[in-house]
Amino acid sequence: MRDEDIKVLEAPKLTAAERLFMPQIIDGMRCTLWHMFNTKIRNNMVTQYPERKRELRVETYRGVHRLNKDADGRVACVACFMCSTACPAHCIHIEAGESPWPDREKYPVKFDIDELRCIYCGMCEEACPVDAIELTPHFELVGRSRQEMIFDKEKLLSVYEETKELKPRKNPAVTDYGLTGGQSKEVARPTAEP
Amino acid sequence: MPDIMNFDPNDKTPTIVDRLIRAPGVIIGVAVLLGVVLAVVLVAVWMLWGDAVRALLGSQLGLSIVIIAVTIGLMFSVIATSILFERKIAAFIQDRKGPNRGGFWGVIQPMADGLKFLLKEEFTPARADRPLFILAPCIAFIAAFIGFAIIPWAGEIHWPWMAEGETVTTQVASLDMGILYIIAVGGFGVYGVVLAGWASNNKYSFFGGMRAAAQMISYEVPMGLVLVVVLLAAGTLRPELIVNQQAETGIWNVFLHPLAFVLLTICAFAEANRTPFDLVEAEQELVGGFHTEYSSMKFAMFFLGEYAHIITGSALIVALFLGGWHVWFLPNVDDTVWWAALIKFAVYWVKIILFIVFYIVIRWTLPRFRFDQLMKLAWKGLIPMGLGLVVATGVLVALGWQRNVPANLIANAIVLGISLWYASRSPSPVTGRQDNLPEIEVRPSATT
Repeated sequence: MRDEDIKVLEAPKLTAAERLFMPQIIDGMRCTLWHMFNTKIRNNMVTQYPERKRELRVETYRGVHRLNKDADGRVACVACFMCSTACPAHCIHIEAGESPWPDREKYPVKFDIDELRCIYCGMCEEACPVDAIELTPHFELVGRSRQEMIFDKEKLLSVYEETKELKPRKNPAVTDYGLTGGQSKEVARPTAEP
Repeated sequence: MPDIMNFDPNDKTPTIVDRLIRAPGVIIGVAVLLGVVLAVVLVAVWMLWGDAVRALLGSQLGLSIVIIAVTIGLMFSVIATSILFERKIAAFIQDRKGPNRGGFWGVIQPMADGLKFLLKEEFTPARADRPLFILAPCIAFIAAFIGFAIIPWAGEIHWPWMAEGETVTTQVASLDMGILYIIAVGGFGVYGVVLAGWASNNKYSFFGGMRAAAQMISYEVPMGLVLVVVLLAAGTLRPELIVNQQAETGIWNVFLHPLAFVLLTICAFAEANRTPFDLVEAEQELVGGFHTEYSSMKFAMFFLGEYAHIITGSALIVALFLGGWHVWFLPNVDDTVWWAALIKFAVYWVKIILFIVFYIVIRWTLPRFRFDQLMKLAWKGLIPMGLGLVVATGVLVALGWQRNVPANLIANAIVLGISLWYASRSPSPVTGRQDNLPEIEVRPSATT
């Protein structure tokens, strides 16, 4: 950075009225009092939470994770560890095992997400090559212990069951895991045969 | 008994307790019931021990004790209400709704807050000065309260059973040096804050306490000057006589000394550590200040003390500038019947509450001063103006024009004009990056 790149900004000079504060204070109070007695804007802004709920942007809201199932009801994850590598909070723990199915090599024996460590950045969703992990619009997370807030594979799959109507799986046709790596246009089409 | 271990977090059906707490009828009903019970008790006491009660109310000492009891009760309820109002008005100004779960319109939220304070863990830091650590909140609390002794609540009372021409005053203590007492007690308030910072064994607390001391002592100087203005014009230190003067002429002191009123209001804000002068606490950017190490009820004492300070300051300003209990076309000084005194008392409290609302709106309007701005405002702004006002009022008193509205307004305008002229030509404060700073010598590093 050179000296001529530095732009020196001078604070605007205060007028006498501004230095006396009083006219500015009255002006500020005009603004705050207008808001104070304006019930209309207040009623439109506020959502009374437990009774009413805000409409969330279902596609982009980053809430609790889910593990998607493929068309056959199997877990879509191929245990590639991309999500746990991408995770900046190190909250995803995967144990891979030999896949019992012929169309892929690995599947997750264990898949734990510590929802208390997670910062809900959505990097896992970005990283996933088969769109198996996704963030849902669910944000009401309650638990009675830290242990309870570590979501395992069954819990994450059940979150999918709960939210699949609200937010369908992004790319459900990526099922042909080992063979084309999800790159082939033919299998990417929803109607394509495996 | 609800099943705590197996409750369903998605179950939103309100329980019976929820519904009862949030029904306006229930709250109003309980309030009315308590009022009826109180009235019945009072009537019963009147019936059973009428003579004793009449003797108590007829003697100055007895009436003072009654007023202390009533005032402290009112203080606590007004503090609780003003905490609720603070949160509500803050919410309204920020386009929110504020607490509305604890009862109808959040009316039992203060009780919930108090309960929370009582149930929280009481923590004393290691190697804190224990006696002083406990003493500090008590001092802060008491110092804010005892200023009430000289507030002239409702003028004089003549009870029907008293001898002709005899009256008792509705002041706890009618002192010759009433306003001096307020100044002395107000200075005492710094003590609790400094002690709190000192006893906590925490450097941030200590800095907070020092900051508070610097601020409060700085703002006591212009406050004293403004009080001198009023006292010069009134010619007495007795607050009840100052109020009577305003009531008899119908001209409140605020019309005579508008500038002094503004200055005293600013000083009262600073004395009570309210925004824009609350960098004693400054929750958002400084570490809590003097009460960093305080928790539970000890912290609540500081909190209550702050609100008590607001009420005391408002009561003082109302007495000195806003005519005390006086409102035009309502009871005047000569009305000494008991119901006139009740009306005066109510008028006084309405004025105090309006002033508290003003405090709250100001808090959520103005940003916080920087410390140098705070000091500059006191030492370069308020104190010269206060001195100018003292000189102007002294001249008016010497000429015998101290109750003359146009003369006073002209004097105020002259002082204001001089301040404006000075403010417009004084150099602006040096802040931010400067063009003409000397070159910084860069030491050659080892690698080059």
